[in-house]
Amino acid sequence: MHPVVKLVSQRLALGLILLIAASVLIFVGTLILPGDVAQSILGQSATPEALANLREELGLNEPAVLRYFDWLFGALQGDLGTALTNGQDIATSIGRRLGNTLFLAFWAAVISVPLAIFLGLLAVRYRDRWPDKLISAVTLASISIPEFLIGYLLIYFVAVQLGWFSSVAMINDSMSLLEKLNAIALPVAVLTLVVLAHMMRMTRAAILNVMQSAYIETAELKGLSTFKVIARHAFPNAIAPIVNVVMLNLAYLVVGVVVIEVVFVYPGMGQYLVDHVSKRDVPVVQACGLIFAAVYIVLNMIADIVAILSNPRLRHPK
Amino acid sequence: MKDQLDFMTQSVTSGKMTRREFMGKTAALGISAAVAGSMFARAAEAAGPVKGGTLKLGSIGGGSTDSLDPAVAASQVPYHNLYQFGETLVNVTPKGGIENRVAESVEASADAKTWTFKIRKGVEFHNGKSVTAEDVMRTMERHSNDDSQSGALGIMRGIESMKTDGDNFIVELTTPNADLPYLMADYHLMIQPDGGFDNPAAGIGSGAYMLEADEPGVRHMWKKNPNYWDDTRGHVDEVEIVVINDATARMAALQSGQVHIANRVEPKVAGLLDRAPNLTVRNAAGPGHYVFIMHCDTAPFDNNELRLALKYAINREEMVDKVLRGYGSVGNDMPVNAAYPLFDDSIPQRPFDPAKAAEHYKKSGHDGSPITLRVSDVAFPGALDAAQLFQQSANAAGIPLELKREPGDGYWSEVWNAQPFCASYWGGRPVQDQMYSTAYLSTADWNDTRFKREDFDKLLFAARGELDEAKRKALYSQMGMMVRDEGGLICPMFNDFIEATSSKVQGWVVDSTGDTMAGKWSHKCWLA
Repeated sequence: MHPVVKLVSQRLALGLILLIAASVLIFVGTLILPGDVAQSILGQSATPEALANLREELGLNEPAVLRYFDWLFGALQGDLGTALTNGQDIATSIGRRLGNTLFLAFWAAVISVPLAIFLGLLAVRYRDRWPDKLISAVTLASISIPEFLIGYLLIYFVAVQLGWFSSVAMINDSMSLLEKLNAIALPVAVLTLVVLAHMMRMTRAAILNVMQSAYIETAELKGLSTFKVIARHAFPNAIAPIVNVVMLNLAYLVVGVVVIEVVFVYPGMGQYLVDHVSKRDVPVVQACGLIFAAVYIVLNMIADIVAILSNPRLRHPK
Repeated sequence: MKDQLDFMTQSVTSGKMTRREFMGKTAALGISAAVAGSMFARAAEAAGPVKGGTLKLGSIGGGSTDSLDPAVAASQVPYHNLYQFGETLVNVTPKGGIENRVAESVEASADAKTWTFKIRKGVEFHNGKSVTAEDVMRTMERHSNDDSQSGALGIMRGIESMKTDGDNFIVELTTPNADLPYLMADYHLMIQPDGGFDNPAAGIGSGAYMLEADEPGVRHMWKKNPNYWDDTRGHVDEVEIVVINDATARMAALQSGQVHIANRVEPKVAGLLDRAPNLTVRNAAGPGHYVFIMHCDTAPFDNNELRLALKYAINREEMVDKVLRGYGSVGNDMPVNAAYPLFDDSIPQRPFDPAKAAEHYKKSGHDGSPITLRVSDVAFPGALDAAQLFQQSANAAGIPLELKREPGDGYWSEVWNAQPFCASYWGGRPVQDQMYSTAYLSTADWNDTRFKREDFDKLLFAARGELDEAKRKALYSQMGMMVRDEGGLICPMFNDFIEATSSKVQGWVVDSTGDTMAGKWSHKCWLA
């Protein structure tokens, strides 16, 4: 078997095993949370009778192992079940929420990834001169400020004082694309600021690393312009670490934006998961957990595969 | 200039001038926006309800786990949703009286044991079916049967039997209860077709608004029910409830004009919001109270001297000032205040008295080990601050109070009603009987102070059947004194309901019986 195919298939199998391991971990995690779903649904107004009735109806008296396997086989057949708390179909609810999350993540990525790479290249080109220092300072500052604070600052100045964009980034099906983009402008801006520094600095470091190599010196001695040396000779050889950090940040944009969702009232996956965790709605938490795990695993897999493919020693085996 | 102003306010009152025009013209006359805003509001209010528009509420207390089933509603967004599509037999009025809704009349037998509710004719469910006494009875059955998960189960327990007779719905009680109509006004008891047995979460009732979009945890859209029986209510065409759990985001949405009303305004920002020219803070003294509860049957709190020591060791004024920023009033270690009908205001106020606290502490013979108070900010907003103030004032009286910060997650199942000393809150009830029956009767499910006293129970039952108001008031006064002096409740403060609205919102009524005009904001408000 070609080593590339072998490595890639190994990587895929590993991903699947990781996914199953993650589902077990998530399940155990939900079991050790204090309180149960019936108690959480009824809250302070729970009477012993109401609790007993609700537990019976939700099947909480069954052993945990049995509930886990019931759910797992359902999920394998594409049936995520219904939410214990309000009886809504999980797949339908998640479909809409995931769509919203991906929409936000997509636009944040479309802006932040090229910008980060461009700024990284620029920083290398003007290394240790003022553009480099300015880019580093600004991006480091933006990553150091808590994201909710950036969010609140933008809301206060841009939404409340200037009235340019709305502070509530609520999107729904009846809006046009332009209206939706207008609604998500502020959260996209915050997310861009939050992920920019990480990607930019990784790009800069990876390229600088390559710049130490002898062939760069050769390229320079050939008399190529600095920018050409960076873009044509250094950048392609720094792709693996850059893709790695880009994928990590894309994963963050999908699974880590719950704070942004709260601040901007955005109807995405994070808020959905948190609501159901606090109500101990195990099937939904499981489903969200699996999706989040899958996003991480798939994106990391892509990063690894790109790294494998971009490695000439594997592409041209002896 | 005065003539011009008079003319302009008249134009507003007669509906010929919009807010934008008015603000523009007054600005041209050199009048500040704040002054012009309040002039506009007064003029528009005088004009009476304006029909149309979309009224938007930004509300705390919603999640993607919410359902429209009235039985399981427990937080603010489900509560407000219920009041859009549903209607109860009767409402409690802002002044604490009873107003008939689905019921056209309410009558009690002389012993207050048999109650007859005559069902109003011409009330229609959203599916076109007329509301019958049968639907009412089925609704009550759903909330009181053995499989019920309803939050109203506790208050339905005194019902012996129910029957219908033509248009009448008749309730027979096990013991007399002069306050039954107040119980029937509970928001869980929205009348549904066939009692909601088939599909309780369909959002179908007889209310002024019909379901348009239901996105739990995001927003809920309601449109005017064209067949609603009462044309004095429900002025706007559409009602939108937007779920905004984050307090800062909620206030920003109000300030940027994306919602018209924001509920649960934090006391620390209420003063600032009120200064904004186009916003109004609406506060109403309510029956809700922030408390510290001790289990009367668990050591060391089974000792009344120690309980008294702690009650004297709390500085109530300081808490109202610092935690509520003045948006509230001082409590007196009993769960009722002037928001209740039949409240006895001659009961003396317990002061902060470190000397007396130390005296009682000494008498209690407590061994001097730290007393653990469990607290979390989900108990009530500012609970941690309040507990720290309590700790300081208690330490000043020589009582070693130790705070244990608990996670908010699971607080209501693991700490409240489980641990002997913790912070909590009560939203209050419309009448004293219900408040005491819910939490101070020996057999009450939510007796979170473990206050079990036969003599108290007897007084409660006597008051419940007593139709003579003066005698009832005396009985309630006696009960209040018992809880105050011997109970496990430390009640430093009653919190106001605080909401903020844009100045476009007209027709607001101060209602001390519940959050956001007791849920009736969309029934009575309109948009200028």
